[in-house]
Amino acid sequence: MSRLPSDTPLKWGLRIIAAIAGTIVLLIVLFLVIEAIPALQTVGLKRFFTDPSWHPAGGTEAGTFNLIPMLVGTILVTAGAILIAAPLGIASALFCQYYAPLRLGKLYRHLIELLAGIPSVVYGFWGLVVLAPLIRQWQPPGQSLLTAILILALMILPTVMLLSESTLRSVSHSYIQAANALGLSRWAIIQSVVLPTARGGIITAVLLGAGRAVGETMAVLMVAGNVVQMPDNLFAPVRTITANIALELGYAMDHHRSALFVTGLMLMAIIVMLVGFAHWINKGHVYD
Amino acid sequence: MTNWTNRIATVLMWFTALLVTSVFLWIITDLLRQGITHLSWEFLVTAPSDAGRSGGIGPILISTLLILGVCLLTSVPIGVPTAILLAEFSRKGHWFGRLIRSSLDVLAGVPSIVFGLFGNAFFCFYLGMGFSILSGGLTLSCMVLPLLIRSTEEGLRSVPDDYRQAATALGLSDAATLWRIILPAATPGLIVGLILSISRALAETAALLFTSGYADRMPQSLMDSGRSLSIHIYDLAMNVPGGEAQAYATAMVLIALLLIINVATSWASTRWLHGRISL
Repeated sequence: MSRLPSDTPLKWGLRIIAAIAGTIVLLIVLFLVIEAIPALQTVGLKRFFTDPSWHPAGGTEAGTFNLIPMLVGTILVTAGAILIAAPLGIASALFCQYYAPLRLGKLYRHLIELLAGIPSVVYGFWGLVVLAPLIRQWQPPGQSLLTAILILALMILPTVMLLSESTLRSVSHSYIQAANALGLSRWAIIQSVVLPTARGGIITAVLLGAGRAVGETMAVLMVAGNVVQMPDNLFAPVRTITANIALELGYAMDHHRSALFVTGLMLMAIIVMLVGFAHWINKGHVYD
Repeated sequence: MTNWTNRIATVLMWFTALLVTSVFLWIITDLLRQGITHLSWEFLVTAPSDAGRSGGIGPILISTLLILGVCLLTSVPIGVPTAILLAEFSRKGHWFGRLIRSSLDVLAGVPSIVFGLFGNAFFCFYLGMGFSILSGGLTLSCMVLPLLIRSTEEGLRSVPDDYRQAATALGLSDAATLWRIILPAATPGLIVGLILSISRALAETAALLFTSGYADRMPQSLMDSGRSLSIHIYDLAMNVPGGEAQAYATAMVLIALLLIINVATSWASTRWLHGRISL
């Protein structure tokens, strides 16, 4: 592309800036690792899973660092949110594309986009003052696994819906016309033509939704109750890994602080795996 | 039987849409009804008192805008050139472009609380900025970068190749083509990227908790700690008994701000776009 010598400095300038943008991720990982090393060296990764409880403030010897209840909390909250948001999100996308009249479909899409634009702290606030009291009336204490699941489902529904919809739109029109010509019913077309064709994209949408759910902090922090325990039912309070960081980083010292960075690294690893998996699935699928 | 499943499916689809819509309306009407009673000019300009139970959000608005300013002033000069490089000057499949792109993909997936951890360790402690508006803005800057780059890149790619070919035929240098032809034509994409970044930054809470801090007084400089609107909502809801009404009003302000920015900029960009390109 280069034509004139005066363009070389421009390109090198752009390359240097782009390199800076590309290094930020490395910088993040580097600093997480630097901060996590003290805990990894003296506490060791094993104790994060075998210690009797999470009481990290007592120093390396007296303190205990069991993360399992919080990991379970994160997994349960994410799984629950996905179980609700995936069917609703996919159905919403199908509704927009194949059921709603054109205008209504557009309106509905706008509404979902608005839903996506509401800040997580506002969802958390609404969950805290409206949803949690409702659930308290039914089964105290109100701030619970269930509340967190419901709020989180609401938050990731737009992600699942908008990404699925863009996949549905890429399903070739000729497939649908052909199916129509065969006299198939609308649902039969969706079931036998649309969904199989769009499967890769829909799975990606759900995985990216799961990624958001794992990483979400504020909404969960405000409605989940934040007790470090294995929840024995849907109405028990739980604490997730993300909420734990938000609650404790403010006063954590020494190994406690370092342990929180270890959990940050774990979060990062989970997200990278989910996103990587999502991309891998999508790439393995060919649209035409 | 197929007929029945078809009917059930149709009913379920409409039911889903109805359910989602009604939950959405429930949230919005609740926020509007509770928020609007407390909202006044007074509320927007006065300082909070009694831990936020009374008074307004004046200093918090200022802190929010300062954090946003720092975020944009640092993310745009890095983001836009990166997008230009990726869209205009890197051949498809070249290792450098691919590397940058996958690194940005990972960055886009990093949870906000992890940005908070990083910002706290790097900006607050390692660079010694402490809990300050500067630390918060820089942390957000790292966070919005992937979003900004991707939409700017899309804007640049939507400029037809004819423009580039015509510029080449005229013997324009790459720099002149970029500055005179491509960037003006790609402005709507740049604006969309900017709006998305602003919205994301305004909505963010977790990344700011341990970087910009909690202080609710008027910031004197960028090195002061400053509380954003989102943190104010969180603090009032969780830590201040009786702060609910003020939290509702603050949430209203935050949502109104997001809406105004979205509507105004998209309106302006379509008008501007018409003035520029409708040839």
